[in-house]
Amino acid sequence: MSRPVSALDGASFAGFAHVTEIGPVGMITLRAKPDLPGLAEAIAAVTGTPLPDRRRIETTGDKAAAWMSPDEYLLVLPYAGVAAALATLAERLSGRHHLAVDVSDARALFRIEGARAAEVLMKLAPADHAALAPGEIRRTRIAQVAGAFWRDETGYNLICFRSVASYVMGLLSHAAQPGSELF
Amino acid sequence: MSTRLAKGGRLIDRTAPQEFTFNGKRMKGFAGDTLAAALLANDQILVGRSFKYHRPRGIVASGAEEPNALVNMGVGGRFEPNQRTTTTELFDGLTCTSQNHWPSLEFDIGVVNNYVARFLPAGFYYKTFIHPRFAWKHIFEPIVRQSAGLGKVPKERDADRYEYAYAFCDLLVVGGGIAGLQAALIAGRAGKRVWLIEQTAHWGGRAVVDGVEIDGQPAEEWIKNALQALVGMGNVTLRERCMAAASYDHGYVLCDERLADHTPGDGRPRHRLWRVRAGQIIAATGAIERPLSFAGNDIPGVMLASAMRDYVVNWAVSPGDRTVIVTNNDDAYRTAITLKEAGLEVPVVLDARANVTGDLPQQARAMGIRVEVGRAIAKVKGGKRVTGVAICAHAGQGAVLEEIACDAVAMSGGWSPVVHLWSHCGGKLNWDESQAHFAPDPARPPLNHDGSALVVTAGAASGRLLTGDVLVDATAAAGGDDAPTASAPFEAAMEPVWIMPQGAPVQLRMKMWLDPQNDVKVSDVQLAAREGYASVEHTKRYTTLGMATDQGKLSNINGLAILADSLSSPIPQVGTTTFRPPYTPVTIGALAGEARGEIFQPLRRTPIHDWHLANRAYMEPVGLWQRPYCYPRTGETHEQAVHREVRNTRANVGLLDASTLGKIIVKGPDAGKLLDMLYTNVMSNLGIGKCRYGLMCSEQGFLSDDGVVARIDEETWLCHTTSGGSDRIHAWMEDWLQCEWWDWQVYTANITEQFAQVAVVGPNARKTLERLGGMDVSKEAFPFMTWKDGELGGFRARAYRISFSGELSYEIAVPASEGRAFWDALLAAGAEFGMMPYGTEGLHVLRAEKGFIMIGDETDGTVIPQDLNLGWAISKKKADFLGKRGQERPHLASPDRWKLVGLEALDGSVIADGAYAPAPGNNANGQRNTQGRVTSTYFSPTLGKGIAMGLVKGGLTRVGEVIEMTRLDGSFMQVRIVDPVFYDKDGEKQNV
Repeated sequence: MSRPVSALDGASFAGFAHVTEIGPVGMITLRAKPDLPGLAEAIAAVTGTPLPDRRRIETTGDKAAAWMSPDEYLLVLPYAGVAAALATLAERLSGRHHLAVDVSDARALFRIEGARAAEVLMKLAPADHAALAPGEIRRTRIAQVAGAFWRDETGYNLICFRSVASYVMGLLSHAAQPGSELF
Repeated sequence: MSTRLAKGGRLIDRTAPQEFTFNGKRMKGFAGDTLAAALLANDQILVGRSFKYHRPRGIVASGAEEPNALVNMGVGGRFEPNQRTTTTELFDGLTCTSQNHWPSLEFDIGVVNNYVARFLPAGFYYKTFIHPRFAWKHIFEPIVRQSAGLGKVPKERDADRYEYAYAFCDLLVVGGGIAGLQAALIAGRAGKRVWLIEQTAHWGGRAVVDGVEIDGQPAEEWIKNALQALVGMGNVTLRERCMAAASYDHGYVLCDERLADHTPGDGRPRHRLWRVRAGQIIAATGAIERPLSFAGNDIPGVMLASAMRDYVVNWAVSPGDRTVIVTNNDDAYRTAITLKEAGLEVPVVLDARANVTGDLPQQARAMGIRVEVGRAIAKVKGGKRVTGVAICAHAGQGAVLEEIACDAVAMSGGWSPVVHLWSHCGGKLNWDESQAHFAPDPARPPLNHDGSALVVTAGAASGRLLTGDVLVDATAAAGGDDAPTASAPFEAAMEPVWIMPQGAPVQLRMKMWLDPQNDVKVSDVQLAAREGYASVEHTKRYTTLGMATDQGKLSNINGLAILADSLSSPIPQVGTTTFRPPYTPVTIGALAGEARGEIFQPLRRTPIHDWHLANRAYMEPVGLWQRPYCYPRTGETHEQAVHREVRNTRANVGLLDASTLGKIIVKGPDAGKLLDMLYTNVMSNLGIGKCRYGLMCSEQGFLSDDGVVARIDEETWLCHTTSGGSDRIHAWMEDWLQCEWWDWQVYTANITEQFAQVAVVGPNARKTLERLGGMDVSKEAFPFMTWKDGELGGFRARAYRISFSGELSYEIAVPASEGRAFWDALLAAGAEFGMMPYGTEGLHVLRAEKGFIMIGDETDGTVIPQDLNLGWAISKKKADFLGKRGQERPHLASPDRWKLVGLEALDGSVIADGAYAPAPGNNANGQRNTQGRVTSTYFSPTLGKGIAMGLVKGGLTRVGEVIEMTRLDGSFMQVRIVDPVFYDKDGEKQNV
């Protein structure tokens, strides 16, 4: 197996905030209804987190589980652990209606860091950052493409589709230009 | 003459002189000047020419309402026309030129229109449309086009950057005058999330210039304290140079922030378009002074009274040494007092009212200023600048009583609230008799989602023109009850004056300008009324009143009052024209935001994209994807490259980046049932490990998408879609699952981008994969239309034995993160077998040679599978599928439908794309009847001749027949109808 290469192979931009494309990171789309028996246990077995509530992301260490829609979750974990995680889910949810699929390579993940990181996203997404609770994930649009972001202690994580990673990097770099701070 | 005063100027910094040029002439100003102030300081009274008559035009106003003083700003990539000098901040090195003149501002040929004004009456354009018939096209249109437009069109790419930003607040206060500041203070103290925006670079509005006192302090002091308090509140955001352009439903407001107009090239974005969601909007947008309609009111040197004292107080600029003031209200006396205090002459104040008793006129009289009551201006004298006025009785017809020499005239016809934001989303207005203006009706506001008032006005925007009333109104608007007190002089009532003098004959009315930019005069509106224009909206369009770049900020109320008078209707019955966004023009760059250049739109790239670029691929858009069209070598045309790629694929082996192909996982106990509904054929009985080609139709029966479906396990299928179709088809699946068949147990996931998919195509395909090593790709172990998971050259691979070219072919999916490495490995493994990549055009030629249809070529939303001879892929057994009943409708089931055939020109040439086959006779519209058209046409390098597919009436029953088809030059060519499978009809090549 050759070295997995993320969409932009770690490209970065240093403006008034620091933007870096990171990865590859393991991601699993898990479709199931929240009341599916064993779902919370299966997610806990893979990410070590509780079942995320509506619009929430639960994080422990380098793993996380995010609510994406009333019957869809996104599990985030180290890239090398995806196959084992899929096997765990298949085993735990065997015979119960669900869909778990590897989307690690279908996505790009960006880190936006710095005291003014929020200002970068305020230019691109119609999201109210003051109303963003700790541990909340925001599915939104990033200019003209779909995206989602969540905040942690040191900045923001932003995911988008892999094919538009270069467009999103262009947007983030444009938005983070020195001199264009919002406040 | 206009000049800089020795003292004063609260907004300028005399220690920071700045140079600029106007029409190439070097001039000097100070930091803090507006361009208009600096032009006046240099005695540049004449600043432009009007639109229609090319009349000399001077500065009328001091703010956003300016109709005349528009210039071409900047050069090259920063050139922009129609920039208002009154809102343009001066900077060192500014260059501008005046507009709408030839050959020069001082001597203008177009002014000849002025002398033929009687031939250019209201509705001139429309009249030229009508009579005489030939004249519009050959005479009027060329003349109108030649003379239309004020500024020049920018020719170079915009050198600046722009961006959007999104903001959210409980309350957006628009306008940083004392009303806006007071409202923001109240709401800020109440803990609301407040945004306060101001279109200029300064806070406080008119209060300082008007000499207002608040809570015993001079306005300047109160404003400073208010600002300080607001800055100290964490919940209040202040933005200056930020104009609220438009308000929309649900509290959506567009605000244009001018960051770097005054510091061009400093690296900041020039404008930022704020897209604000506000819980409520307070429009503290102030009021605009109205001009008076007297003869010669457009001559440079005639200015609004309020603007004149702005220039004196704010920028220490005197618009004239001797200023005659003409008014119908007390407020204009502030200008008389200000000018006198600045040491300038005010020979007379002409007041149209018979009784003048307010505090301000008394103060003026006490200062020795001559005040004449019941007087009016009969006419202004002068050409390119004012030289004097002729005075008459306002009640009369203009008989001149006296002439007074002067070099400036200040006029005041009363004030109109700025109600744009209130009106944009439906707020209604009342006519206020006492102040002669339209003001917001608080009982009929624009409504929020919950029925509350979305917009509230505060201060002058509510029609409260006196300082004390302004503060009370602003306090109440923000939900407070403790308003600061204001001390202000008593002002007596104004009297509406729409024509001056009131009995002015037509000779004078023809010189009374309502809209000085578009040259609409009192006589034009009266003519429109006589010609039957009773609606104010029609009159606007007929006369062009208020259609200039200022959108009638000065002219609308005066114009509709004239119209009402002409129609003998009350003003409120005539009403106003619609207030439409934006409040003042927003530059296109700001509206485009970041979307230009590389990030104009999202371009989707495959994991192999960089290799394509490095290998000189000519890229083409497929949906938003970028795909290689072909890989031209040195000296090769695109056509030659395509032919080489096709020949090599048929002879050796080709490599295609097929990553863009849509891939959707469908899983669940009811997945088979869903697919049987979505596809026209049966998918539920597909064996695990097998592949099947399928068609999807809309409910109406029209072919929508196609692709190969693979059965992964008992509950899981993988559906391939077209490259452009994956998002659409995924949404289509979810639509049916969520809205119609919500009780079916099926989940879908679009995993298109998880994989890089590569097609290895050609007689040497198997040898290439065997060289890579890994899974058994032999005919026996890996038959046609099956798939396998395994390893190839160490890569995790899922391989499909499917063919879209008629050759031995494998499509191999690997994780996208390894896609580029896999592509490189294939190129290395295939080198000895003559491997070459091929692009989308080669793909098209290969499939066309085999007679395979392409969604978007053979289909256009009106084609059903049966038209394409795909009846074999439509199940007869299934009770239902999407499109089944649609296809049973008589027109779709008709034997007369055009059906797919192959087409070959008798001379072997390539038939034109989109060519039609004519049929005898004409249709009801007198157009030639047709019997078919070309849907795909190529030169086949394999067969050495042109081949085409098309839809022809009668379809394959007519094989062998020769018909005519159109050429681009209008002539016809002879074409034979043939079988659409041009190459390897028995499929021997792909099944090896």
